[in-house]
Amino acid sequence: MRRGISIAAAVCALALTATACGDDGDDGSTGKAKDAKDISGSLTYWDTSDATTEAPVYKQLIKDFEKKYPKIKVDYENVEFASIEQKFKSAAKTGKGAPDVMRADVGLIPEYASLHYIAPLDGTLALKGGTDDFTEGPLNTTKYQGKTYGVPSVTDTLGILYNKKLFKKAGIEKAPTTWDEFIETAKTIKKKTGVEGTYLNPDSYFLLPFLYGEGTDLADTKTKKITINSPEAVKAVTTAKKVYDQASAKVDFANSYDNMQTSFKNGEVAMLVQGPWSVTDDLSGKAFKGDESNLGFAPVPAGSTGKPQAPTGGHDLTVYQGSKNLDAAYLFTQFMTSSTSQQKVAEETATLPTRESAYTPEVTKDARIKGFHPIMKTARPRVALPQVGSLFTPLVQQYTKILQGDVSVKSGLDAAAKDFKKLLPGYTIGS
Amino acid sequence: MVAPVAIVLAVLVLYPLGYGFYLSLTDANEANVARDIGAFHAPATYKMVWFDNYWSVLSGADGDFYPRLIWTVIWTLSCVVLHIAIGMGLALLLNRRMRAKLLYRALLILPWAVPAFVGVFAWRLMLNSQYGVFNDMITAVGLPAQNWLATPFAQKTAVIMVNVWIGVPFNMVALLGGLQSIPKELYEAAEMDGASPWQRFVNITLPGLRPVTNTVVLLGCIWTFNMFAVIYLLLGQNTTGEADILVTFAFRKAFTGVSDYSGAATYGIVILALLLAFSTFYRRRQLKTEQA
Repeated sequence: MRRGISIAAAVCALALTATACGDDGDDGSTGKAKDAKDISGSLTYWDTSDATTEAPVYKQLIKDFEKKYPKIKVDYENVEFASIEQKFKSAAKTGKGAPDVMRADVGLIPEYASLHYIAPLDGTLALKGGTDDFTEGPLNTTKYQGKTYGVPSVTDTLGILYNKKLFKKAGIEKAPTTWDEFIETAKTIKKKTGVEGTYLNPDSYFLLPFLYGEGTDLADTKTKKITINSPEAVKAVTTAKKVYDQASAKVDFANSYDNMQTSFKNGEVAMLVQGPWSVTDDLSGKAFKGDESNLGFAPVPAGSTGKPQAPTGGHDLTVYQGSKNLDAAYLFTQFMTSSTSQQKVAEETATLPTRESAYTPEVTKDARIKGFHPIMKTARPRVALPQVGSLFTPLVQQYTKILQGDVSVKSGLDAAAKDFKKLLPGYTIGS
Repeated sequence: MVAPVAIVLAVLVLYPLGYGFYLSLTDANEANVARDIGAFHAPATYKMVWFDNYWSVLSGADGDFYPRLIWTVIWTLSCVVLHIAIGMGLALLLNRRMRAKLLYRALLILPWAVPAFVGVFAWRLMLNSQYGVFNDMITAVGLPAQNWLATPFAQKTAVIMVNVWIGVPFNMVALLGGLQSIPKELYEAAEMDGASPWQRFVNITLPGLRPVTNTVVLLGCIWTFNMFAVIYLLLGQNTTGEADILVTFAFRKAFTGVSDYSGAATYGIVILALLLAFSTFYRRRQLKTEQA
């Protein structure tokens, strides 16, 4: 029933802007709710979607947008995901050449918001129609200090991806639900099939499920404490090290991500902790090509809290604070994140929508979305600190040393906590 | 007509340098500098901290500087020594009369002509422990596969190797030019006097090459000290940070998360000071040997 209402709300929100089906929006709140049809001008949109597989559908949406609002002209630019942060920040500071609307990784929202690069969207056209329809995880990523700075566009999280045939060969019925089971499963697979059980990606983002599983995080914003060397975190990283030592294929640290992908899709590794963005690539490998049903999906293993939890990833659309054409930018953001737009994108690219109403039967028909949709319930946002991007660097360095056995878990995390303290003024190292 | 030169120097060199130095005396970062973004205005809230940044760096209080400096020096020395030694060897080989000399020269200069990032990524692929050609080769002859880029030691060896590969051609060409400028008569006279090949090398070739080697060493040291691409691109992000030299470390400071302008500027000025001190010392010693 809730879904029904949401669809109605979404449809009406769209209809509101398209036709003048109700001028009730014009309550004069900050003068922003001007009639959508009267907005004119041009705007620039920076997109980080994959240039070959995903960008075409976004370009098509932009054409639809221009058709609907002929007075607005949109300049589309595809920027590589890896370089957009630098590119946007240098443009945003000087105000020259920054886009009006940008697709930003959800992890960057607190940083951009705290630096005032992106505009608060509460009460603007961008959020017209309300936020009830958005799923909770992605919606939480848009908030910084009580204001909303983004509109969720696509989402993801981490889960277990596994090779069903290899599981069957090893006589394993279902995916592991705890880290202990995860290790056991990997060992059994190795023993029975000769294939490596898993490949641990030694990256700080992929460490988060271990931390969340013990109920801890990098830091606690309420008590202003750094918690990366708390007893819970030590336990979490000890588990990660156990996975690395006992269950993982040999990790090539400089090429970890690429090797993880290649070995999994070629059938040399039986299961991974990975995100939905990798699935299209997985299915192109010889283990899954032409046999998509061989790929199994499960939530990440749970830690000692018993609750599986992984970070919410994905992208939000944000509006540059210094945009010359804020109204058009808000309107464009609303259009691109509408339920219809999200459905279209999901159908074409198999990325996960952020609106409940966009999970139509058409959309969930896709095995990739069907596999990950229930896993999204385990997603939780990263700690909302502007410095979260900077924290990952010392963390990954210590994590690498810990995995390689150069330092103990405790002293590695203590060193990371010390580095965190340099980056987080006013925080104390909790214990 | 000094004015245009002075203006160009002021705009291109002195202003950025002065501004960098000024930043290094403050606690400026991305969150407290003045910004004007649309309707949002923020005044600058950073303040002068004078030499605090330098103190925390040079006293070792930041815990990063000295380990990075030691490794940077080791890295620079090993690279430059290998550059000159291998470059000299190849130059001597090419300085003889032989067929297809131009072809050899063209082939040997190739690594230098390839854009650094292309070369570095190619090495990264070759050194891949699972899918790289290196392990394919050694496992084909029955040796165990190696994890070429795994531990800090392996990573350090790998970056030196790749940088040597990139830098040797330039040294070879420069030294070859030097070799060809040494008058043939000197060798003929020495041969008449019964000097052995080694004696000829030590007493004619090396002194004859000194003007070239002096320049090449100075340039090599400065370039290698500041060589960014090899280290940053070969190792990617999942490293212990042990193989970071001063410049890659300063880059991470300035460009990850909320930028630390003052910290990066301090590193920049310290690097500049180190290189200035080195080149002054080096030039002076060079003059002394030339006068001797």
